[in-house]
Amino acid sequence: MSRPPATVFLERRSYRRRRLTDAARMLPLVGALLFLVPLLWAGGDDSAARTAAGGVFIFAVWGALIVIAGALSRHLIRPDPDRAPDGDGAGDTERGA
Amino acid sequence: MIGFNVLVLVCLAYAALLFVVAFAAEKRAERGTVGWLRSPLIYTLSLSIYCTAWTFYGAVGYAVRSGLEFVTIYLGPTLVMVGWWWLVRKLVRIGRAQRITSIADLISSRYGKSTLLGVIVTLLAVIGTTPYIALQLQSVSLSFSVFSAEGGAMPDFEALDNTALVVAAGLALFTILFGTRSLDVNERHHGVVTAIALEAVVKLIALIAVGVFVVWGVAGGPAEMMAQIDASKIAEWQLDGGRWATLIFLSAAAFVCLPRMFHVMVVENADERHVAVASWAFPLYLFAMSLFVIPIAVIGLSVLPGENPDLYVLTVPLALDQDSLAMLSFLGGFSSATSMVIVAAIAVSTMVSNHIVMPIWLSARQGGASMSGDVREVVLLSRRISIGAVLALGYLYFRLSGGGAALAAIGLIAFAGVAQVLPALLGGLFWRGATRRGAAIGLTLGFAVWAYTMFLPSFGDSFVLSAAVLADGPWGIGWLRPHALFGIDGLDPVVHAVFWSMVINSSGFFLGSLFSFPAPLERLQGAQFVNIDDHVRNAPGWTHSPAEAEDLLIMAQRILGPAEAQAVFEAEARAQGKAGYLPNPSPDFVERLERQLAGSVGAATAQAMVAQITGGASVSVEDLLAVADETAQIMEYSSQLETQSQELSRTAAQLREANEKLTQLSIQKDAFLSQISHELRTPMTSIRAFSEILMAGPMSEADQTRFSTIIHDEAIRLTRLLDDLLDLSVLENGEVSLNWQDANLHSVLDRAVAATSSMDGERPLAIRRDARAEDVALVTDPDRLAQVFINLIANARKYCDAEAPELRIEVTSGEAGVTVDFVDNGAGIPKASQSMIFEKFARLTDQGRAGGAGLGLAICREIVAKLGGDIGYLPDQGGAAFRVTLPAAQAKAAE
Repeated sequence: MSRPPATVFLERRSYRRRRLTDAARMLPLVGALLFLVPLLWAGGDDSAARTAAGGVFIFAVWGALIVIAGALSRHLIRPDPDRAPDGDGAGDTERGA
Repeated sequence: MIGFNVLVLVCLAYAALLFVVAFAAEKRAERGTVGWLRSPLIYTLSLSIYCTAWTFYGAVGYAVRSGLEFVTIYLGPTLVMVGWWWLVRKLVRIGRAQRITSIADLISSRYGKSTLLGVIVTLLAVIGTTPYIALQLQSVSLSFSVFSAEGGAMPDFEALDNTALVVAAGLALFTILFGTRSLDVNERHHGVVTAIALEAVVKLIALIAVGVFVVWGVAGGPAEMMAQIDASKIAEWQLDGGRWATLIFLSAAAFVCLPRMFHVMVVENADERHVAVASWAFPLYLFAMSLFVIPIAVIGLSVLPGENPDLYVLTVPLALDQDSLAMLSFLGGFSSATSMVIVAAIAVSTMVSNHIVMPIWLSARQGGASMSGDVREVVLLSRRISIGAVLALGYLYFRLSGGGAALAAIGLIAFAGVAQVLPALLGGLFWRGATRRGAAIGLTLGFAVWAYTMFLPSFGDSFVLSAAVLADGPWGIGWLRPHALFGIDGLDPVVHAVFWSMVINSSGFFLGSLFSFPAPLERLQGAQFVNIDDHVRNAPGWTHSPAEAEDLLIMAQRILGPAEAQAVFEAEARAQGKAGYLPNPSPDFVERLERQLAGSVGAATAQAMVAQITGGASVSVEDLLAVADETAQIMEYSSQLETQSQELSRTAAQLREANEKLTQLSIQKDAFLSQISHELRTPMTSIRAFSEILMAGPMSEADQTRFSTIIHDEAIRLTRLLDDLLDLSVLENGEVSLNWQDANLHSVLDRAVAATSSMDGERPLAIRRDARAEDVALVTDPDRLAQVFINLIANARKYCDAEAPELRIEVTSGEAGVTVDFVDNGAGIPKASQSMIFEKFARLTDQGRAGGAGLGLAICREIVAKLGGDIGYLPDQGGAAFRVTLPAAQAKAAE
């Protein structure tokens, strides 16, 4: 079960891609953090948050997440340049158009 | 005004459309032109079964009751999909590599293809799904009742019941028709997926249409809408922080763990890239689904203040005389309910059939899967019955619960129930140390806590838990109260139940894993799941005992169908270079076959079936150890062999060398003996001849003197020869004792020169020396050293062939020692002979001039070696040149 030693330095393209996956990993955490921001409003004085304003905030964050995820997935969808395609497809060649 | 009959007609027409679409998709897939049936768009739309009737109708009611909190149900899935690189990608990869058929199969497969875990997760799924199906039936029948009420005829409960029954039966028919058409190795249902994608579009359009109508048609625009929201009852956002965070977490967990979600997300996935598209497209769908919820709620509150807010999506258009919009909205709700029920029924029935029915069936007939009967038929039949049973259970639940408000709360309860799978799932995917025992403990504990704090209390005080237990805890133990475990009071019941069930579940899972030891198969599977990106290989479920290829073929035919099984076997046989249908049952092939079968009947069942034929039920530690030992032994043995063969060749080379030396020595010895006898015989002959002459008679005095002198000389020569021989043998045997003392090189050379000049010889030899350079103190045996020098000078005197022979003695003292060079101006020694002049009896020129036996240089070499130095011939010095090197240590010590 020995793995080939991991490459230490990557060419620019592979390096970019790795940072892209880092971004893809960070995105849900940032999203969760932003979605929890309303908790801070509730902790304030007794003039509670307004549904309309809160809704605008939530939907704005939501929309931003969608746009960023869309941009990231456009790049991540391409095959990884520094990884060979899956060796064992087990005869599973069905692909969508 | 839409009559009840029109409604039924539309409903039937819509159902017929769904059947046609599903049928067409199946036909298309059968022709092999999958095309857009498996596009990212269809995949994304199929995920929308997350939005059930509970969310379609219920979200508005939820918003009326708790404002923005309804949105948490969508935020969790959004985060999961946006973070697809973490979890969903890995799930899909594992699902494809291991041919996972359901979430129970995933858990069972990860933990060593455990039947027990499969059963636990299946039970959890059935308990979590049944009320949910009941909820869908309720919402459909409620929406029917709305239209009937509008039509004037107030429906009684009996009619509601009948509606639900008809819907349930219709759904069962559809699901059985398209969900169990065939046993697909990939467990993909093109017809069903296409139909639910269509339904996804319908419900999205319906909700958006109602939303657009209320915002622009009723409120008069977005700005006015915002103003209305601000003026409404729900303008204040009563945010409960605990619930907000808990519900986001809960919906995220349920999104992954719900059997139906797992089915469309992982099992029906055809391409990993579809997930990338769905990562933004599905959140967008949810975004669109929830965008108009608050506006609809606000308008509903103002138009129909007293009515059931759960049906505002339907009743608001009706109240405002938008019949066709209401019809569309009805179809949207109908779509939400039916698509959820269909997929849930497929997912749960697959689990029930693979993890409960098949194991029982297999163990009931110990004869083995190859005995008789068609396994395929059994699997399909068990699935069909399971689908029917699941829907019947849902209907029964709906009837027994009375369709009241209790059902409305069941959504979150079901979420929390299936979320109990999360620790085992995540642990199995990211932690290799997770074990089957840990997973079983965690699941059981979490399930128990969930049932005690959430599920059972949801029935009120009439079912299992009495009012007394709910209020004071069992047997009056206060800290065991279902809604205040360990005395923590005042928490929201949902937060309380989720918190405790997840904490206890995770702790049990973690500790159970820490304190148990996984079986070999578990460890293999664990490594494969956790490191799915590194290697996509299935764990072998068997070790030795070659299976009969024919038995395997018979069994595979029963599950995969004859044509497909034969194709698989034929391809394998061809790959192995054999003709016909029967390949060698190599471990690789059996493993691949097992995985193919797993796609139809689940990993645990497939393993059990293959194991029945191959004989080896599973890998045991002993097997693995034996294999490892054997391998280690073989490796050690071969490395030993290698060493030995290297050693052998080394020894052989040494032997060859020694043999060569011995041969040479033998030749040398022969030469030596013949030389010796020759050398001895020459003087002996002359001694004998002259002594015979002397004995023969009287002769003159002069002759007598002459002859006796010759005899004397020859005797001396003989003696010298014998002395030399003795000397050499003593030196060579190392028996010589050296007389070490302080000496000066100059005086030693003086002695040597004096000794040679006294020799009788007609050839004069000029000796050039440098007295100052020669003044070097030495610790040596001066007599022996002088003997060496004498020999060298005598040689020069004898062999130098120049007109005026001349010998230069050059002394150089340095760090490395003292070198004494003896260089004459003669012709020198030919190159070919230079290497052998130090050998015994080596003589270059004719016998007469030699005067010695040719032992001189051999003796010199031995002496100098004994003195710790070296003697060699210096080529290309303009004559014969010898260099004596004496070690520095001795030179230094004397200084």
